[in-house]
Amino acid sequence: MKKTLATLALIVIANSAYAKRNAEEVLTSGSTPEEIGKQIAIEADDRDFGFGDMEVDLRMVLRNAHGEEIKREQRNKTLEVADKSVGDKSLIIFDNPPDVKGTAFLTFSKILDPDDQWLYLPSLKRVKRISSKNKSGPFVGSEFAYEDISSQEVDKYTYKYVETEACGDMDCFKLERYPAYEHSGYTKQIVWIDTEEFRPIKIDFYDRKSELLKTLTYEGYKQYIGKIWRADKFKMVNHQTGKSTDISWENYRFKVGLKESDFTKASLKRVR
Amino acid sequence: MKKTSLRGEARASTKQSIYESIFSMDHHARIKNRLAMTLSILVSINIPNNSHAGELTGYVALDSRIFFEAPAESRQNMSNIPTLAIEPEYYHVSENYEHTLTFKPFVRIDANDDKRNHWDIRQFDWLYAKDDWELRTGVSKVFWGVTESNHLVDIINQTDSIEDTDGEDKLGQPMIQLGLFKEWGDLRLFYMPYFRERTFPSVEGRLRAATPVEDDLTTYDSEAQRFHPDFAIRYANTFGDWDVGLSHFSGTSREPVFVQRTNADGENVLNPHYDLIDQTSLDLQYTIEGWLWKLEAMTRTGHGRRFGAFTGGVEYTFYQIADTEMDLGVLTEYQFDDRSGQAPATLADNDVFAGLRLTFNDIQDTAILGGVSVDSNTQSTLMFFEAERRVGNNWKAEITGRFFANVKYNDPLAAIEDDVHIQLRIARYF
Repeated sequence: MKKTLATLALIVIANSAYAKRNAEEVLTSGSTPEEIGKQIAIEADDRDFGFGDMEVDLRMVLRNAHGEEIKREQRNKTLEVADKSVGDKSLIIFDNPPDVKGTAFLTFSKILDPDDQWLYLPSLKRVKRISSKNKSGPFVGSEFAYEDISSQEVDKYTYKYVETEACGDMDCFKLERYPAYEHSGYTKQIVWIDTEEFRPIKIDFYDRKSELLKTLTYEGYKQYIGKIWRADKFKMVNHQTGKSTDISWENYRFKVGLKESDFTKASLKRVR
Repeated sequence: MKKTSLRGEARASTKQSIYESIFSMDHHARIKNRLAMTLSILVSINIPNNSHAGELTGYVALDSRIFFEAPAESRQNMSNIPTLAIEPEYYHVSENYEHTLTFKPFVRIDANDDKRNHWDIRQFDWLYAKDDWELRTGVSKVFWGVTESNHLVDIINQTDSIEDTDGEDKLGQPMIQLGLFKEWGDLRLFYMPYFRERTFPSVEGRLRAATPVEDDLTTYDSEAQRFHPDFAIRYANTFGDWDVGLSHFSGTSREPVFVQRTNADGENVLNPHYDLIDQTSLDLQYTIEGWLWKLEAMTRTGHGRRFGAFTGGVEYTFYQIADTEMDLGVLTEYQFDDRSGQAPATLADNDVFAGLRLTFNDIQDTAILGGVSVDSNTQSTLMFFEAERRVGNNWKAEITGRFFANVKYNDPLAAIEDDVHIQLRIARYF
C-alpha cells in the first residue's frame, strides 16, 4: 500500500512538473495577438509533450478529381527528443502498394534548419541520403506535403491570435501562423485549436499566391496514456484541384521502448 | 554508305523475325503458352501478408527485349521471345525482432539464350540483431556507394551481367557479416568463403563480347579457386551534411580479365581469369539544399601495377517545376580510371555522364530517367532511358532503352553496337 502511494505521488509530481493552463490563463498571458497566438501554440505543444515514443499504422486513401482511388499503407515510428531545440526522429516504413514494400524513410527533424533524411531502397539494399529542401512537394503522391507530415514544433512558425469562435460543438481559438522555415509552399495557415484540450481541429492552407489551397480536418480524437490526444482520421481536401487524401491512424502504441538505435542508417537496412 | 544500306536490310529482316518469333514459330509458341500459363497462375494467387511474423512477397515479370538490328554474328540468336522473371521473397522475424530469416530466390526463363535461362539465390540469410551490433550469416547482398553512373566502390556482390548490362543486378554472396554500431560510427566486417563467377551470355546470346566467353575455362590466381577466403571491412558515418564510407577489400576480383583461347571445338573463346586483389575505397556525399555532391574513389593492386579510379559529380533537383507537382533532377558525373591493359577493361576510364530524372509525384509513382555517357577520348556514346509507372495497385509497367552512337572499333562498346534495344516489362507484385 505504501509502495502504491509512493508511486502515485511520483506520478503526481511528474505530471505537475508542468501545470496545465486553461483558456483564460493562456489568453491573458500575452498583450499582443502575436504573443497570445504563440502562447496557444506553446500550451498545445506542452500538452502533447511526454509521449516518449510511438508506433502507429496508417492507411491512406488518395482520390483524384474523378473520384478514382488508390490505397497506401505504412507504419510510422517516432522518438520524442526531449531537447526542444531539436526536432523528433521518425521512421516511415511502406507496406503497400507491394512494389514499394520495405522502402523506409528516416528523418531527423530540425526546427529551422533543413531536416536530415535518408531513404532505404530494399531491392538495391541501398541507403540514400536525400535532400530535404522539398518541403512543399507531395508526400507519396498525396495531398499532404512533406511539411504537413513533418513534426510540428512551436518555433517553426510565427503566430497571430484572431478570435475565439464556435467550431462544431466546441469553442476554438482561431489563429494564423506563418512558416518561419525556408521553402514552405504556404504564406499562411489558419488553425482552429479547441479551447478545452488544445487540439488542432482544422487547418486552412494558403499557397504562395495567398489563395486558399487546402483544408485539413481532424476527426475522432482519443486520449492515450492518460494525456496524449490523437485523431483517428485526417482529411485533406485540395480546393484548387478537387483531389483529396484521407489518412486513417490505427493501432496507436505509446511508450513501446523505441531507442536512438532504432533510428539510424544501419537500422534502416533491417526494418521491415 | 554501303554499311548504312546493309543495316537497313538487316533491320527489316530483324523486324520480320520478331514477328515470326512471337506469332508463328511452333516450338516458340509452346514456350509462350507455358509462360502465359505460369503468369496467369501467379497472377491469380493472392497471398495474405498481414502477419508480421512470416510473409511472402515478390514479383513476377514478363520482359520483352526488342532489338533494332540483326546481331553482329551469325551464331547469335535472332529471336526475341519474351522472358519471364520470378523473384519471391519469404521473410520471417521472431517475436522479439532479434532473429530474421530471409529467403529470396530468383528465376529467369529465357528461350533466347541458354545461359540467361538461369536461377540464383539472391538472399538466404539469418540476421541476429541487437541494439548496437548485428550478425548476418548466409547468402546476402550489400550495396556500397553514392554515385549513379558507375559503382566503383560496390564490390561485395558479383554482377549478374547476363540479367542486364548496367551492372545493377547482383548475385547472392555467401558471407558472415558482423556489424558494430557505435558512437564513433558503423563498422562492418565481412568474411566471404565462396566466390561467385560473373555470368555471361552464351554463344547465341545478344549483348555479349565479340568473342564468346567460355566459363568452363575459368582460371584463378588462387589455387583455392572459388574457395579462396575473401575479407572486407567498412566504416561508415554521418558528420552533419556529410555521409562518409571507407572500405577495404582483400580477395578475388569481381571483375575478370579475359584470355583469348581456342576451345575443344577449335573456336576462339574468352577464358575469364580472376586475379587476387586489394582495393581501398572512399565514398562521400555532401547534401546541402537541393544539391547532392558525390564522390567515389578507389585504388587497387593485383592486376599488374597499382591503379586508381574515381567517379564524382553532382545532382541538383528542381522541385515542383513550372507550377506542377513534378521534380526534375539534373545529374552530371565524371568517371576517371587509370588502369593498365593488364587490368579488366572498363568503359568508365575518362567519361562524362549527364542525366535527367523526372519524378511525377503522382499516385502511380511515375518516373523517367534518361542519361548519356560520352568517352572523352573516343567520343563513343552510350545513351539510356528508363520509365516506370504503377498500374492499379499491384502492377508496374517499365520501359527501358539502350542506344549507342559514335562507337569506335576499339572501344569495348563495339561488340554490342548492334544490340541497341528497348525492353518492355510488365510486373505483378504480390
